[in-house]
Amino acid sequence: MLEKVLFLLCLTPALAQEPCFPGSSHAYKVRISIKTALGNQAYVWNDNEMYLFRAAMAFALRSYHNGQEFNVSNIMVCNETPRVSFWFVVSSPENSSVLLKKGDVENAIRKSRNRINGAFLLTDQTLEFIDIPPTLAAPVMPVTPPWLIVFGVVMGAVGAGIIFLLVSSLVQSKRKKNKKTLDEDREDMRGIENGLGCDNLGGVYNTTFSDGDKFTPM
Amino acid sequence: MGSSVEERPKWDNKIQYLLTCIGFAVGIGNVWRFPYLCQIYGGGAFLIPYLIALVFEGLPLLYLEMAIGQRLRLGSIGAWNSISPFLGGVGIASMIVSLLICLFYNTIMAWILWYFFHSFQNPLPWTQCPLNENRTGYNAECEKSTPVNYFWYRETLNITRSIDDSGSLQWGLVICLASAWCVLYICFIKGIESIGKAVYVTTTFPYLVLTIFLVRGLTLPGATDGLVYLFTPDWDILMNPQVWLDAATQIFFSLSVAFGGLIAFASYNDEKNNCERDAVLVGIINSATSLYASIPIFSILGFKANNAYNACLQGNILDLTNEFDISDQNITTENYDDWLAYLNRTFPDKLARVVLTPCDLEKFLDQSASGTGLAFIAFTEAVISMPGSQVWAILFFIMLFSLGLSSMFGNLEGVLTPIRDLKLVPKWIPSSVFTGIACLMCFLIALIFTQGSGNYWVEVFNSYVGSVPLLIIAVFEVIGVIYIRGMKTFSDDILFMNGRRPNIYWKICWWFISPVMLVVVFIAYVVIQIQKHPVYPAWNPDYEEFPDTETVPYPNWVFAIIILLSSVPVIPIPLVAIYRLIRREMRRSSTSGDLTPHCNDGLEVENFQQMSQST
Repeated sequence: MLEKVLFLLCLTPALAQEPCFPGSSHAYKVRISIKTALGNQAYVWNDNEMYLFRAAMAFALRSYHNGQEFNVSNIMVCNETPRVSFWFVVSSPENSSVLLKKGDVENAIRKSRNRINGAFLLTDQTLEFIDIPPTLAAPVMPVTPPWLIVFGVVMGAVGAGIIFLLVSSLVQSKRKKNKKTLDEDREDMRGIENGLGCDNLGGVYNTTFSDGDKFTPM
Repeated sequence: MGSSVEERPKWDNKIQYLLTCIGFAVGIGNVWRFPYLCQIYGGGAFLIPYLIALVFEGLPLLYLEMAIGQRLRLGSIGAWNSISPFLGGVGIASMIVSLLICLFYNTIMAWILWYFFHSFQNPLPWTQCPLNENRTGYNAECEKSTPVNYFWYRETLNITRSIDDSGSLQWGLVICLASAWCVLYICFIKGIESIGKAVYVTTTFPYLVLTIFLVRGLTLPGATDGLVYLFTPDWDILMNPQVWLDAATQIFFSLSVAFGGLIAFASYNDEKNNCERDAVLVGIINSATSLYASIPIFSILGFKANNAYNACLQGNILDLTNEFDISDQNITTENYDDWLAYLNRTFPDKLARVVLTPCDLEKFLDQSASGTGLAFIAFTEAVISMPGSQVWAILFFIMLFSLGLSSMFGNLEGVLTPIRDLKLVPKWIPSSVFTGIACLMCFLIALIFTQGSGNYWVEVFNSYVGSVPLLIIAVFEVIGVIYIRGMKTFSDDILFMNGRRPNIYWKICWWFISPVMLVVVFIAYVVIQIQKHPVYPAWNPDYEEFPDTETVPYPNWVFAIIILLSSVPVIPIPLVAIYRLIRREMRRSSTSGDLTPHCNDGLEVENFQQMSQST
């Protein structure tokens, strides 16, 4: 009788620790890669960090289940490896022998994923919860695609250049035409005056040479 | 006094002319075709057939074209009509080829502009896959291939499964094509006055960027792997005749002979200009640029292969670390092999359960790419991993655009100068308006390349327009100048221009070596093409081995178009010869009928020559 009682007494704490084992239907595996994330500034994973993890989990569950006061004691961890990886289960705050379903834990972790990552200075890829895929960040789409802006600038400059060059060549050709008619007029004039100004001539103005019509037009 | 004699436009100075010719010869092919050929044909060993082809085929043809253009002072049609009325078709053939090449070449420029516009974003749009519709994961097509491939095939081209399916016009590409034609037009607006100024920038800027990339590329990790792989000579490859064929074709197309553009540019020169020195200079600079460009390209591709190899190794390391629960970062790329050996000794069965991808650096280096695959897939992927990606992407695409723009000058000039010389344009249309109309029409026709199947059509045009017709034209050019005009007359021309006759090397090349090489290349080309029904790589997301491209044979109607594209440009050569022959026979028979005392042969020949010179 006494042996049975002693056996039962020894068994109960063992049973109480049993809920956390790899592959349990209530347990999640966590994998942490500190050196990959932080390189030279990596911290060492020790019991204090593990305590922080359990506290972070408790915080996530508290945020998700409003009202239920989860504690660090509700988060049980087992099978820690040098990788750093381990399994954990969550027990309900009211009844510590009842374990939370995976779905609830997953939703809680999803909701506070950023905060948990931030507590450890890690990212979704370096603090992995196996079987909880990270939610993908939607790519930022600005209202006007930036490439249209660049296109607008370049085309505006090119278009302005084309218009400017066309107009300037048109103006130049008109100016050349005017200059040509002016030159021809001046040449006709030279038939009347032979380059010397009438004022310079001291003599009498000979009317015979004043009639430009006598000369063959150029 | 009067404006009856219109002066032919002239280059402001010699530098403009040289820069324009160099810009025409140095094009995108120097950057994305030559390094690829160097790589697949045994690295340093390829330089031997390449240089031999340059010396015996490239330089003589170049000198011939520039001399003819400078002496006759007419565009391609006028020049060939002057040499012999029966050869007038050669000029028309050059013009048609230049026109067809203008159409698809500017589409490539539109693609470059598209990427250039998209390089102003952070992060670059080809870095990540977009999400699928219900935001649960990434787009399926993008996941199976890579974000870079997805951006090129889906977001840029929106490519269809096969050339049969035309798809719709991609408005993004349409406006990029419009920009490309507008930029080309603004450089062409005042003829060679504006081109001469534009080439100061478009020809020299690529060298600046290549130098920047050279410095950047050589300092990247993995650059030496790429360079060693590129330049390690594989002497056995010289036994393969395909190498010699490809070297000859590469030199020929790289120097842009037979397009008519060089004749046009040379026709605006002074009559007494040393064109021998010009030709040698342009030829050597073109080949030197190819070599110079291959160094940064392969440094960067080596960097990319190194990255891929490291990523492969890191994937394996992660798998091992997770499987064996080893401490994070204990296995590194350096001690990877030691760890693998140790694990194989201690836990062989557990190791067997881990699926490790075989990582081979040579396999990654072997993923060679040329053409659009190099610029828009391989290079853009490499740029993502370089710090300051936007700057490098912007520089790279501006460089490609400058290279292409200066080549487009030659292409379009080869179309416009003959039309102007033939006086087909009514006098009341100013030349800038005529150029604008030509650009607009080319833009409208080139819209077919902005459809979903546009990339396939560009490949068709690239492979079949820019190959066989040019070879035929070049053969007729050499024969026409050396045998029909005569070596003596041509030597006299050169004596007039340069002050001395061509030396024995040029004469032997023109007489014998170059025509023989061209004919051999042409025959080999045709034989190889005929042996199999032409196929093309299609991007088909439903293909079993996607993301590999599916090799699809061209449908019959496309095959018919291919035959047309190869033959229509060269048909004018026999047609014009026959037409002129018939006309001469008819005139001879008609004049012999009514013999008048003052109608003798001497007068008739003079009239004939005068008539041929005015057309």
